[in-house]
Amino acid sequence: MRATRVFYLLAGLFALAVPLLGIYPVFMMKLLCFAMFACAFNLLLGFSGMLSFGHAAFFGSAGYVTGWLATAHGWGTLPAVVAGTAASALLGAGIGALAIRRRGIYFAMITMALAQLVYFVCLEAPFTGGENGLQGVPRGSVLGLVALKSDVAMYYLVLAAFLGVFVFIRRVVHSPFGQVLKAIRENEPRAVSLGYDINRYKLVAFVLSATLAGLAGSLKALVLGFATLSDVLQANSGEVILMTLVGGTGTFFGPVAGAAVVVTLEEYLSDLVGGWVTVIIGAVFVACVLLFRRGIVGELAALRLRR
Amino acid sequence: MTQVFGIPVAVILGQLMLGLVNGSFYAMLSLGLAVIFGLMRVVNFAHGAFYALGAFAALLALQHLGIGYWAALVLAPLAVGLLGIVVERLLLRHLYRLDPLYGLLLTFGLALVVEGSLHQAFGSSGESYPVPPALQGVFNLGFMILPIYRAWVILASVIVCFSTWFVIERTRLGATLRAATENAPLLQAFGVNVPLLVAATYGGGVALAALAGVLSAPVILVSSDMGSSLVVVVFAVVVIGGMGSIFGSIVSGLALGMIEGLTKVVYPEASNIVVFVIMALVLILRPAGLFGRD
Repeated sequence: MRATRVFYLLAGLFALAVPLLGIYPVFMMKLLCFAMFACAFNLLLGFSGMLSFGHAAFFGSAGYVTGWLATAHGWGTLPAVVAGTAASALLGAGIGALAIRRRGIYFAMITMALAQLVYFVCLEAPFTGGENGLQGVPRGSVLGLVALKSDVAMYYLVLAAFLGVFVFIRRVVHSPFGQVLKAIRENEPRAVSLGYDINRYKLVAFVLSATLAGLAGSLKALVLGFATLSDVLQANSGEVILMTLVGGTGTFFGPVAGAAVVVTLEEYLSDLVGGWVTVIIGAVFVACVLLFRRGIVGELAALRLRR
Repeated sequence: MTQVFGIPVAVILGQLMLGLVNGSFYAMLSLGLAVIFGLMRVVNFAHGAFYALGAFAALLALQHLGIGYWAALVLAPLAVGLLGIVVERLLLRHLYRLDPLYGLLLTFGLALVVEGSLHQAFGSSGESYPVPPALQGVFNLGFMILPIYRAWVILASVIVCFSTWFVIERTRLGATLRAATENAPLLQAFGVNVPLLVAATYGGGVALAALAGVLSAPVILVSSDMGSSLVVVVFAVVVIGGMGSIFGSIVSGLALGMIEGLTKVVYPEASNIVVFVIMALVLILRPAGLFGRD
């Protein structure tokens, strides 16, 4: 336990010091947004046992809503982010209610198909800018007090949101509600026979996960200043699965580590090898599934247990 | 001219016919998925990639080896089927004791590798494959002009689908296959080489996808992403039909293709999403799928 605490302390210090260390802040913000996205996804896969293959729908559509309200309607930063997050919560309620009617691989296929539906809506809806997406999303300010134009201010806002999400997920998992989710994951018929209304639990978990994914998407739209179709693509849903898998499914820090690895890999590889990135990502996927199912954090934890 | 709701009947029939062509591909692909899933409990996400590989194999064989359409119709599925067997032996076989979700994830990664490589090798513009001379020309059906090639696609897919159904439901080989689905260890105790059977089934399933790829090559542009969008639609078809049922996947594939065609006439904006909307409705009304049993 002590080693974990020391680790979190060091990680926290590092995160706070990032702007001083000369690391490109936009890159770190992008990384934190994806880490938030992966943590939200992991709440569903790791702690509730549901593999969603359509989480890009929540991430992407929240970005669109935030971007659209901030550009076309001049909404402030915080209201636009809250509205984007709320939109993905609603979408999550709709998709979740349908998807939890089946389990396992069917659940995965249904979420994938419904996310494809969202993709086509984003492609053709009048307010999304079609193939071009929404450009020039203003960052605005926090309640008119702190202008977010500077990368440093924006970075600390994203970091605060990330920490909030991280702590919130820990709270949820350790709560009685989280324990019931775990029971459902481990043995669904048994949870039913104990009298739990499992569909309600699953739906709440799904909506929570979609909401947090939406928060991540909204912030990403602000950070980069645009919302495009690539965020709603199936490939993005695959990427968040990969991040979680690489880092360690069902661990708290795993998705963060996974997001760091995948985002860094993509950032540097795309300069080096261009279009081969997709192939490499696919190969990493295959390798993870075959050799490395516990992920980085999972393997480390197993090592420590063995000692 | 006769009209229904202000739309000429000829237009409706024409789109239904084109929808049936798409439906033929849905049927063949979902059939392969159902066969693989039935025996191996693996949802083969790479199905779209193998479909694209089939089309590319035919295209390359024509351009570099001078192998024509009819030979490609046999050789491309054979080659892709062999590749499928290699994939099963090297990769998939290690996952059978695990949660079926891992099979989906592995084949997802595989699809990225295959489609990414095709994209790097051949670019994103796509190439066209000529219609074979024997199938050029059109039928005049009175209400529409139907290219002979499209009629051939429908005919070929119906033949392929029903012979697959026949093999699985009515022959001794099919009985062995179904027995392996029910209880593989017992079948192995009777002296049947189950691992071989499993590998051959995966090979056969992806060969079906490759065959669909060759059939589709002359009617679409052969490109690296031709399978990736299709496979999601086929997944929805499978959810609608119920994955366990061979017959169900054929019927729902054909029917959904026609419904999609009809939507193109009535409300074109929705033609991309109609299959997903139907899937949502089926989930509300009959969660196990129209032909499903669980």
